[in-house]
Amino acid sequence: MSTNLSNLLYLVTIVTFILALRFLSNPAHARRGNQIGAAGMLLAIVVTWIKVGTTSWWAIAIGMLIGGGFGAVAARKVKMTAMPQMVALFNGVGGGAAALISLAELHRILPEAGAPKEDISVAIVLSALIGSISFSGSMIAFAKLQELIGGRPITYPAQKLGNALLFGASVAAGAVLVAGVQDEWLLWLLIGGAALFGVLFVLPIGGADMPVVISLLNAFTGLAVAAGGFELENNVLIVAGMLVGASGTLLTLMMARAMNRSVANVIFGAFGQIQAGAGTMSGTDGTVRPTTADDVAVMLAYAHKVVVVPGYGMAVAQAQHDVRALADLLESRGVEVTYAIHPVAGRMPGHMNVLLAEANVPYPALKEMDEANNEFSRTDVSLVIGANDVVNPDARNNQGSPIYGMPILNVDKSQAVVVLKRSMNPGFAGIDNPLFVEPNTMMLFGDAKESVAKLTAAVKAL
Amino acid sequence: MSHTTLLVFELTILVLAIFLGFEVISKVPALLHTPLMSGTNAIHGIVIVGAMIVLGQPDKSAFTWIVGFVAVVLASANVVGGFVVTDRMLEMFKKKPTKPE
Repeated sequence: MSTNLSNLLYLVTIVTFILALRFLSNPAHARRGNQIGAAGMLLAIVVTWIKVGTTSWWAIAIGMLIGGGFGAVAARKVKMTAMPQMVALFNGVGGGAAALISLAELHRILPEAGAPKEDISVAIVLSALIGSISFSGSMIAFAKLQELIGGRPITYPAQKLGNALLFGASVAAGAVLVAGVQDEWLLWLLIGGAALFGVLFVLPIGGADMPVVISLLNAFTGLAVAAGGFELENNVLIVAGMLVGASGTLLTLMMARAMNRSVANVIFGAFGQIQAGAGTMSGTDGTVRPTTADDVAVMLAYAHKVVVVPGYGMAVAQAQHDVRALADLLESRGVEVTYAIHPVAGRMPGHMNVLLAEANVPYPALKEMDEANNEFSRTDVSLVIGANDVVNPDARNNQGSPIYGMPILNVDKSQAVVVLKRSMNPGFAGIDNPLFVEPNTMMLFGDAKESVAKLTAAVKAL
Repeated sequence: MSHTTLLVFELTILVLAIFLGFEVISKVPALLHTPLMSGTNAIHGIVIVGAMIVLGQPDKSAFTWIVGFVAVVLASANVVGGFVVTDRMLEMFKKKPTKPE
């Protein structure tokens, strides 16, 4: 196949990717968009297959069977609640592949006469650097979300200095390579340094900041792939990689804005440290009012409007189906039930929407933050299920709070607030939440799934 | 096409892709941010094309062979996993409630 023909066919693939993203603007046809994108990907693979010809075709086939088989099984088997770590895993392997391609390209070019062209070596260095960070960073994100390692921020002495030195050393190795020192070991050094940096840079980031980190790593892999396109002089890699790089960057900025923090602050701030030693609830006066499922059931059953505010606790307890059952029951009694979704609730952008969609909640009932905030003043009961920081009024009122300035869901404006919570331990970020002691707040302690099931039973019994 | 001409051309489409990416993504509602992440995740699986080119080189060393093979494995996990996960998510978004079976 001629290069012109294959590039034309790759252009078709690019168009399908753009359509796939364009179709995502509306949930009604988003799925078709994804299928169009998948078809475009298949086209690119077939074109490349023909281009490459008979060389090692069986090795390519075996490799694709192993990788594709693993991907298909993992993606099919995974529970919806484990989605963030799956996305992190698939993101990481993409970054790893980009870094390996750089390594192989350098190995191929070096023995050739003369130094490699600067732009090619710059691309190789960038792709290896960003790809390695994305690979190891995603693996740590995966391990954190899978709870293989603790979700709380992990810090160590001289962290910032150490990370900066490590990153600087990797970049320096790359710079020496670009300057014309033809030694493959420099790239090994760079990959090793960048991979270690990826580990150390994600380790200190707390669970609640994961939506920012995951979308940032996604952008990284996109950029590594785009740089890979420059190495191989391949347009489809450049355009597709950069589309992902741009979209991931934008999404990262949107997530950071939703927390009223800069991306740099999320990455280097080691959020959660600030009050970690301050003990629980020390700064908050007032009494917590525990309540029972029966009392809450009466409030819910005779309310006009109930707003459910889900958080990561709902995901952990896998309570989304029970929440849906409770909402159905309330709706059958004539109660209006909607869901208020904070942009950074959960561990990845839009996490709560996916879980509730899995539980068959129709998406028009899912309200974004601004719309939801307009409704709290005429809401009878806000049911906060496993959310904490995103409903913390300190973000509005207390300048000393680490989350001051973060836009929140103003559940405290509703007539009554019921918080379903495992215990009085502060959330992931370890920040006091005065919502829990406000006069119109009641606490229903226990596992979210069990509590919601009890509420459903109690409403039924009325 | 000379090497420099090609580079300039590549940089042109790179910059256009940045603006296109921003433009397309800014229209995606927050409701679909997870499928967006997962969908773009699948799209950067296009790195499989690069991995196939590396592994498909004639007369390659054992080193390239191994590195290329691992790259193909990783990239195909990215492609298949990415699209399947996204499809599973998007399948669930429904406008009207359906009776669970």
